[in-house]
Amino acid sequence: MGTYILRRILTAIPTLLFISFVIFALLALSPGDPTANLPPSLPMEIKLQIRESLGMNQPMPIRYVRWLQQFMINEPINAFEKATGISIGDSEGRLRITSWTARGKPVIDLVFERLPQTLWVVGLAYLLSIVIAVPVGVYAAYRQNSFFDQASSVLAVIGFSLPTFFTGVLVIQIFAVWLGWFPSLYNTTLRVTDFDSFLQQLRQMIMPVMVLAFFQVATVSRFARSSSIENLRQDYVRTARSKGLAERMVVTRHVVRNSMIPVVTLIALGIPGIFGGAIVTEQIFAVNGIGQLLIISIQSNDLPVVQTVLMIFAVLVVVFNLIADIAYGILDPRIRYN
Amino acid sequence: MSISAGTATPKLEIGSATKRKHRTLWGDAWVQFRRNRLAVLGLTLIVLIVVGVLAGPFLYPVDPKQINILEASAPPSMAHPFGTDDLGRDMLARCIYGGRISLSVGMAAMLIAMLVGSTVGLLAGYVSKLDNVLMRFTDMMLTLPQIPLLLVAMSLFRDPLRMRFGLEAGAFLMVVTIIGIFGWMPTARMVRGSVLSLKRKEFVEAAVNVGVHSSSIMWRHILPNTMAIIIVAATLSVASAILTESTLSFLGLGFPPDVPTWGSLLYENRNYMVKAPWMVMFPGILISVTILAINFMGDGLRDALDPRQRQ
Repeated sequence: MGTYILRRILTAIPTLLFISFVIFALLALSPGDPTANLPPSLPMEIKLQIRESLGMNQPMPIRYVRWLQQFMINEPINAFEKATGISIGDSEGRLRITSWTARGKPVIDLVFERLPQTLWVVGLAYLLSIVIAVPVGVYAAYRQNSFFDQASSVLAVIGFSLPTFFTGVLVIQIFAVWLGWFPSLYNTTLRVTDFDSFLQQLRQMIMPVMVLAFFQVATVSRFARSSSIENLRQDYVRTARSKGLAERMVVTRHVVRNSMIPVVTLIALGIPGIFGGAIVTEQIFAVNGIGQLLIISIQSNDLPVVQTVLMIFAVLVVVFNLIADIAYGILDPRIRYN
Repeated sequence: MSISAGTATPKLEIGSATKRKHRTLWGDAWVQFRRNRLAVLGLTLIVLIVVGVLAGPFLYPVDPKQINILEASAPPSMAHPFGTDDLGRDMLARCIYGGRISLSVGMAAMLIAMLVGSTVGLLAGYVSKLDNVLMRFTDMMLTLPQIPLLLVAMSLFRDPLRMRFGLEAGAFLMVVTIIGIFGWMPTARMVRGSVLSLKRKEFVEAAVNVGVHSSSIMWRHILPNTMAIIIVAATLSVASAILTESTLSFLGLGFPPDVPTWGSLLYENRNYMVKAPWMVMFPGILISVTILAINFMGDGLRDALDPRQRQ
């Protein structure tokens, strides 16, 4: 298992490098100029000096390596210091990426303010969707072609066809405007201090979580269904039944466990998708998460923040892929020894 | 006796040959497709929407950009079946016009995705040397955080393209290329899987032994047999392209607000949702119904064209 995990980590590194290169290239090749926003009265020589100090006249590979050093080494250390309060090495002299618009605030601070909200909403939505989707998928497979199966299939297609921005708008219209059950906007200043404020927090999170989960349930349940159908036909299921195992045992111990193997991959591979969805839901419900930060900084052309947020998305994606691979290895021993 | 039997059989054969209906692969698929009620419903809806969007401007000749402040935010009525927006522009005309753009974005992005996807899949499946490299690349492309990257790419490259090709054409080129570039990976994987199994079939072996060139084996023998998979993938990719375009436009980074697409109609009217729900509902319903119909049809096509499920 140890060597298997090590091998997975080693293969995750090129993926991370690839994503970071795409992000770097996108910004480096873009026609925008970081000195374009400087006052036009600035003499040309000074502009050129600024360009030089930004390293813009160096060749691409060197710029990429320096960029990588900043994002892969300096910023994680900054983030670690910020999170734990322990200072490492030359903490004052280390370069920090600062926002262009938020009065030169370090980007890491901005991210730390906003990441918890996103992780809460996305995490809850994901958990909820798995808890709903897996039983639905397995039961639909077990009673293939029954009314339940057909109804859940149709609902699943509807679920991943409806765009999140439209379901979000609908949900606000129904639950916040007509029924008045939940607040239509997310109160970003709310601090959870006691049970009452906790309930309030829960109430305002229900709608964004619901919208995200609906989409996710659709995808996961379809996948769980097809994977269970495949497993129900296998010989080992017949063996388990014929040795007299209770039906419940056959399904939960044998079928579900084996069907979960591909589902786990899907769940992990769906992570980039759900972060994409989170950007939309945060925009609709005005959740002050990292997706909203991305949109705001794109609109205000705040490239340092944009790059950092993109890198965080990239790291999250790679980390979850890694988790999926490891879970895959635990669930299916054949993969470990391959 | 043997002589009489010999004269009798040809007659019988001729009789049965004229009676039996000619069956083709596509005919069988059509029969199978028609059995799936949801798929037929999807097809009908798509035909309706496409015809409506194409013929709409002739049947309903209202200028989508005509501003009429006196009739601003009017609810649906006989004069304006979908109501009007905050500047008094007719929503039905805007939805028809927007549908043309949204659907053509879907089609164009699908064409790019199919071209790249089937080329990569074909090469990876047939040329063993390229398989590893191309599939690693495909997997890496799949791990990219798509929506965030699309948003950033749109914001960075939009203005220069707009300046070069004009407002609408620039945005169109940009959206289509970017969605196409990020959308070919599922197709590549499906095509590769199918090519891998076709490669070992006898007819390919026969073609190799006869001395057919590799490129024409791929082109003449393997590609036509992957058509079923490509068609299914193409259908589903139109849906996802329309969805992506409307998401980008909804976030304000797709088409500019003065070019109505279904997504940007939602974006520009989202603040009037409570006061004037029709401004948001009609484009939203149109997007949802279109994507739903395409997905239903895609599912039906997959069942109809996938020989494993057919008896």
